[in-house]
Amino acid sequence: MAGDTDKLLRFRDDEAHDEPAVTLDSFVAGQTNAGAVRLEAGDDVRQLLGRLDRVALVEVSFPTFRDGRGYSAARILREAGYAGELRAAGDVLVDQIPFMRRCGFDSFAPEAPVDPAALDRALARYDHHYQRAADAAVPVWKLRHG
Amino acid sequence: MYRYDEYDQSIVDARVEEFRDQVQRRLSGEISEDQFKPLRLMNGLYLQLHAYMLRVAVPYGTLDGRQMRMLAHIARKYDRGYGHFTTRQNIQYNWIKLAEAPDILAELATVEMHAIQTSGNCIRNISSDQYAGAAADEVADPRPWAELIRQWSTFHPEFSYLPRKFKIAVIAADEDRAAMRLHDIGLRLVERDGVLGAEVYVGGGMGRTPMIAPLIRDFVPADDLMSYLEAALRVYNRYGRRDNIYKARIKILVHEIGADEYRRQVEEEFALVKQLGIDPPAAELARITAMFAPPALNDGGAAPDRSDPDFAIWLDRNVKPHKARGHAIVNISLKPIGGIPGDASADQIDVMAELAERYSHDELRVTHAQNIVLPHVRQGDLYAVWQTLADAGLAEANLDLVSDIIACPGLDYCSLANARSIPVAQKIAQRFADPARQRELGELKLKISGCINACGHHHAGHIGILGVDRKGTENYQLLLGGSGAEDVSLGKITGPGFSEDGVVDAIERVTDKYLEVREGAERFVDTYRRVGMEPFKEAIYG
Repeated sequence: MAGDTDKLLRFRDDEAHDEPAVTLDSFVAGQTNAGAVRLEAGDDVRQLLGRLDRVALVEVSFPTFRDGRGYSAARILREAGYAGELRAAGDVLVDQIPFMRRCGFDSFAPEAPVDPAALDRALARYDHHYQRAADAAVPVWKLRHG
Repeated sequence: MYRYDEYDQSIVDARVEEFRDQVQRRLSGEISEDQFKPLRLMNGLYLQLHAYMLRVAVPYGTLDGRQMRMLAHIARKYDRGYGHFTTRQNIQYNWIKLAEAPDILAELATVEMHAIQTSGNCIRNISSDQYAGAAADEVADPRPWAELIRQWSTFHPEFSYLPRKFKIAVIAADEDRAAMRLHDIGLRLVERDGVLGAEVYVGGGMGRTPMIAPLIRDFVPADDLMSYLEAALRVYNRYGRRDNIYKARIKILVHEIGADEYRRQVEEEFALVKQLGIDPPAAELARITAMFAPPALNDGGAAPDRSDPDFAIWLDRNVKPHKARGHAIVNISLKPIGGIPGDASADQIDVMAELAERYSHDELRVTHAQNIVLPHVRQGDLYAVWQTLADAGLAEANLDLVSDIIACPGLDYCSLANARSIPVAQKIAQRFADPARQRELGELKLKISGCINACGHHHAGHIGILGVDRKGTENYQLLLGGSGAEDVSLGKITGPGFSEDGVVDAIERVTDKYLEVREGAERFVDTYRRVGMEPFKEAIYG
């Protein structure tokens, strides 16, 4: 999926990383110099922390849109300071992408095509958010109290 | 009461447009029912046996007259002239057309209401004590905390696809009127060294595996609350089971790894999350708290004249002491004998709105026992309130008595149910219709679920009934000894189940036995705890 950039939706200015991603296990075992890692939904993202300096792409798998573990994985990576590409791959639907953006994902490889007009509407829908997350949105309580 | 500012309103308005867009995409076939389902569910729209059901949020059960009137209006315009108040302090409408659902949400938004997160695998409407702000035994009004949590949990980007639904209750009194420890997270506000904080209980719930939540943290101050909840939810989101829908609630995770290990993981996560600056400043809780300032309750008027015997009975049963002198808390029973527990007609909803505006500082509460409360009534107005209620068929004097039954919609409406609940509730109420007999039996909380999902709280009933499907016939199991209050306990099954009529007979044998063996002022559940199951079993099956 990492190399399949046709359907890729990106919210970054740099070039898409197109080297194939390796599994977390082989990355952690040090068997590879890969700059791209793929996390399955049940993988412990914290195993990556401290090893992120040479990683340019982390791909997080969504085996079904109902499986929300990837949202936590993304936030944990961003909270740890990871600034590289963070891609949601798999059963990624238009109505999930705004949540994913807030959790720190900045690229998307959906299995099924996403209607660009519906995505634009979804991303522009909310002017305000109640909680602080991994994006730049200023939470409502901050707007209220400065 | 909480009032929306421009931010709250803009979020709710945007939600209406978002849902309109989603419904449009569904109606045009652009998205499948499978893809639409989680979207509509996150907005409280269920596809039931006969039609769509819409569940509207009543945050922590608090409403004003204008909002109550809107609920009546929706019942008239979009449903069949009635609504059903639920055990989670919400209201649901059973006969909704999908194409009209966005218009209903738009109307709700005009009175600061919505259906956000009233279903789906996300953080649901926050529940609380229906006597909040009026009870003498509270350390503070819990609702500002509930509102803070409501805002934090609304469209939480990380926790909108949890393993399963997630219910939070906040109370602040010794008496637990909200079944706090039967929630995924239960918070009880306590004061320590002059600082208000919360005891945190995690992993309670009913359903097919009922559990009482263990204490996970004995004190979280307001300044840390969101970080702590975020940590508690993150551990669940990452490690809660997703392989089996029946094992996906947080209670199973806490049970499987143990409360100590769960606590350790949450503390570890909390130490990290606390650094992120996600906790609102104290000024935010203060802003919300100011909106819940108690109303000015001055002269309560003369003590009510008890010469009308029906009024006196209602007064003794449905009216509770208020913390302010000369005032009272009025419970409006939605359990008339032979009625559907929790149902109210549009006209009745309007009557209750009118009473709130006139006599209760424009406030109403929905209770988890599916009744309505007028929290701040002058004692001098009680007779007038009662007369109006009586004219509207709302003066049943049965609060916490055997006919004040909690029941889920059951097989009459619900696509998950195995058995009907409503007719059983009606038959029990009719069997015990004599008010003097009910009062003789005293406090007796009877709760009926039409399937193992336990929406009717049968595990927590002093007497509980669980409807099951046995080889194609409806069969009812009887449970004794549960409680959702501060003396929380889970009921035990008496033995083999019964037919619909058989279970009513069995309950009568149980209550007869109780009257025979009770000592002093013991409630039914106290007697059960003293004598155990055996005497009752013998009375039922012997």
